[in-house]
Amino acid sequence: MNNSVESRDTSNPLLVVQEVNKSFGGLTALSRVSLQIQSNEIFGLIGPNGAGKTTLFNIITGLYSADGGEVNLAGQALLRCKPHVIVQHGLARTFQNIRLFANMTALENVMVGRHVRTHRGVVGAIMRNTSTRKEESAIRAQALQLLDEVDLATAAEHLAKHLSYGDQRRLEIARALATEPKLLALDEPAAGMNPSETLDLQQLLRKIRASGITILLIEHDMRLVMQLCDRIAVLDYGKKIAEGSPAHVQQHPLVIEAYLGGNLA
Amino acid sequence: MRPGLNKLQTGWHALQRDRRSVVITWLALGLILACLPFLTELSLGRSWVRILDFTLLYIMLALGLNIVVGYAGLLDLGYIAFYAVGAYLYALLASPQFGLHWPVWAILPLGALVAGVFGVLLGAPTLKLRGDYLAIVTLGFGEIVRIFLNNLNTPYNITNGPQGISQIDPIQIGGIDLHQTQHLLTLTIPSTHLYYYLFLIFTLLIIFVSIRLQDSRIGRAWIAIREDEVAASAMGINTRNIKLLAFAMGASFGGISGGLFAGFQGFISPESFTLFESIIVLCMIVLGGMGNIAGVILGAILLTIFPEALRYLGEWQQLLLGRVWVDPNDLRLLIFGLALVLSMIFHPAGLLPSTRRARELHARRSILAQEQDSLYEQQR
Amino acid sequence: MDIFSQQLINGLVLGSIYALIALGYTMVYGILGLINFAHGEITMFGAMVSLAILHALLLHTGLPTAMIFALALLGAIGFCMALGFSIERVAYRPLRNAPRLAPLITAIGMSIVLQNTAMLIWGKKFLSFPDIIPIQRYQIAGANITNLQVAIIVLAIVLMLGLWTLIQRSRLGRAMRATAQSPELAALMGINPNRIISATFMLGAALAAIAGIMVNAYYGPAHYTMGFMLGLKAFTAAVLGGIGNIAGAMLGGLVLGLIESFGAGYISQLSGGFMGSNYQSVFAFTVLIIILVFRPSGLLGERVGERV
Ligand SMILES: Nc1ncnc2c1ncn2[C@@H]1O[C@H](COP(=O)(O)OP(=O)(O)OP(=O)(O)O)[C@@H](O)[C@H]1O
Ligand SMILES: [Mg+2]
Repeated sequence: MNNSVESRDTSNPLLVVQEVNKSFGGLTALSRVSLQIQSNEIFGLIGPNGAGKTTLFNIITGLYSADGGEVNLAGQALLRCKPHVIVQHGLARTFQNIRLFANMTALENVMVGRHVRTHRGVVGAIMRNTSTRKEESAIRAQALQLLDEVDLATAAEHLAKHLSYGDQRRLEIARALATEPKLLALDEPAAGMNPSETLDLQQLLRKIRASGITILLIEHDMRLVMQLCDRIAVLDYGKKIAEGSPAHVQQHPLVIEAYLGGNLA
Repeated sequence: MRPGLNKLQTGWHALQRDRRSVVITWLALGLILACLPFLTELSLGRSWVRILDFTLLYIMLALGLNIVVGYAGLLDLGYIAFYAVGAYLYALLASPQFGLHWPVWAILPLGALVAGVFGVLLGAPTLKLRGDYLAIVTLGFGEIVRIFLNNLNTPYNITNGPQGISQIDPIQIGGIDLHQTQHLLTLTIPSTHLYYYLFLIFTLLIIFVSIRLQDSRIGRAWIAIREDEVAASAMGINTRNIKLLAFAMGASFGGISGGLFAGFQGFISPESFTLFESIIVLCMIVLGGMGNIAGVILGAILLTIFPEALRYLGEWQQLLLGRVWVDPNDLRLLIFGLALVLSMIFHPAGLLPSTRRARELHARRSILAQEQDSLYEQQR
Repeated sequence: MDIFSQQLINGLVLGSIYALIALGYTMVYGILGLINFAHGEITMFGAMVSLAILHALLLHTGLPTAMIFALALLGAIGFCMALGFSIERVAYRPLRNAPRLAPLITAIGMSIVLQNTAMLIWGKKFLSFPDIIPIQRYQIAGANITNLQVAIIVLAIVLMLGLWTLIQRSRLGRAMRATAQSPELAALMGINPNRIISATFMLGAALAAIAGIMVNAYYGPAHYTMGFMLGLKAFTAAVLGGIGNIAGAMLGGLVLGLIESFGAGYISQLSGGFMGSNYQSVFAFTVLIIILVFRPSGLLGERVGERV
């Protein structure tokens, strides 16, 4: 792997989350959470169940509106943007509870991911002129290549709903990659995977980072997080209680307390 | 010869044979469609050719609604309003009502456009609503359009109210009046047959457009929205615009078939555009198979012919029971309603489910492998 | 005669009836998240069944009128409760976990089935309410009010108070609220959600039956299509108040009734004579669309986003 932690430019973060607040009725899901993610790092976001990790994802990807704060991606303000605009700016995600297009094939799922980077409309579709045909075959080719990268080429024509759990998780990653993100946000990608699948996932994420994409990772599998992430932030009850290298976080008393009884290593 | 090459060659022969059988199938289909009105008249009588014409109109309508409900998954219960818009536009621009007599080729595109605009006007404020709310709002919209058609005779007479508009110009194409029997060499072609051919052309056109849209970037976006709207927007699809597009496309199909309907009938009134017409078209696509073009066509054919067949029920009652106990016409909607309920419970995919499953079962390995090969070719 | 206070009274009567029907929509929605399209038809059946009983008993027995009326009322309520129960069992329960579009389509299908069944049974004629309620008129603040109007308003208020107490105080009410909050949790606490759902449908149907009789007795003849418009307007009322919210349905019903009665009175003036009272239904729809677009959570509903 050619990228190294040291060579990153820390003065120019890719994603800046500043003082984000969110509450649901009386429940404070996030309180003044701030993060900075550097270009091309793998950043882990951990915390006990209900800590607010997914809520933060939903806010930075525009699915929920924040009660306050700011989010910037490469200098672009994201709050108050529609989800599809945020994807355009270069942030793509996967979902904790897999949300594939169940009755579309794996290939079509990834092809939908190309939507945001392609342009032909109704007239082109009806006329099927050269530029539309070209674009369409490019979409296909790129989608197939992405499927191949996540090891799903043989399942291209299978309906998403008939894939195994692990395959579905990787298909979601391929679909997100198809949008050409700068930052890829993964919500528990290893959930439901067996150890060997998790190992493959680890390789895959390294490969993705090597291709120049920054990764924000929510994960409960501590071994994966500790091995993979450059830096980690820990949320508990909506507050950031620690941030730093895996070693630092592992030693942190607040983190140990939050995970009391949980297995951190 | 190496076994691989051998296989390739048999594959090639199979393809050749395939291609030949495809051509033959299409030719046969074309021939049947061309002769259908004459065959129908011979076997069932002239009135059935009219039913044939209506079948084609309904196929167009159903394919339009299929874009909205089948592809984009938006339950539109006021779809018939767009049919009404197309029909009234034709009637107003080509009848003594305002003394206007525009040509068909000018009205139909305009009808598609105006209906499309209506679609956008309806969709723009409502498409962010949840599915069941959307259903009710579209239902309300359909009723509003009908109420206006019914009442826009005072203080200014625009629609002629409940009496409707009559003496609508027949459709004329290149000097041929479709209301008149035409003679071609030794062949006598009655008006119903002429309309059949016109409608057939438009139906084929709409099928063509449906197919093209279905296999496009836009079509995929529609289906993605139907499958999971949140995920679709999180994958960069501008769900509002893409849904509006579905509404506009579906509406314009409705507008075209409405115009054709007005020219064909020569008379229209608000009664042709009730909520139940919307429901019947919905029935067609639900029973046939939402999202699948062939299924939708089948649904439209069956449900147009079904009420006609039901008429025999009256004769049988007369024959067997001595009198007509139940007017078969009164049973029509009851049966449609039952069909909706039963099919949703027992066979939600419809008679001809979407081809996706079939495609998955016979995954076309060969094509896929080819494409992958060429992909690696490019990379090298 | 004072037009304003007259329209106020008319609006209150209309609104009470809408509120009773709207409660059925809102209760079912609160628990299942489903719009029971067939609810309007239940109202229609309430009117039809009570008429059938009234006519039969008036013709063939010498029972006192009050008793006949009570029997008709009870009969209609019982019938409608059974109907509500069966609709849920047959058309909705099998689809509880199906995609959203599915129960919506069966609901529409069910409504068509009920409507046409009523047509087969009672025909296409308008059926008027027998002349058994002696009408008395009073003058209040320059407006006419009849004993029937008073009875409708009072009965509606009593029923709503009763329902409110039932939901806030009784075991069934607590179970209903728990199920609406979270069916899984309720099930864990030993509540059988299927029973609660059935009970909800039956409760709503009973109120609808009474409303159907009121419509028939007060507004005029019953017809197999009457449920459609009534249902739609009551649904509008439920949305106006905030669907899923019981107090909202009551408030929404009243507000819609008032809007409609004042609107119908002034619609012609407002549009400069362009629109007559023929457009009254347009009015209700327009209200519905405006609320849904600008405040889909209604007057009292909470704004809740979809959980991702
Ligand atoms: N749409 C919502 N409405 C109400 N409460 C919500 C909503 N979304 C999340 N919450 C609440 O906010 C809190 C944080 O939830 P969140 O899903 O962000 O946790 P998480 O850290 O992702 O947990 P997990 O590890 O279990 O996925 C929880 O208490 C949850 O119940
Ligand atoms: Mg989570």
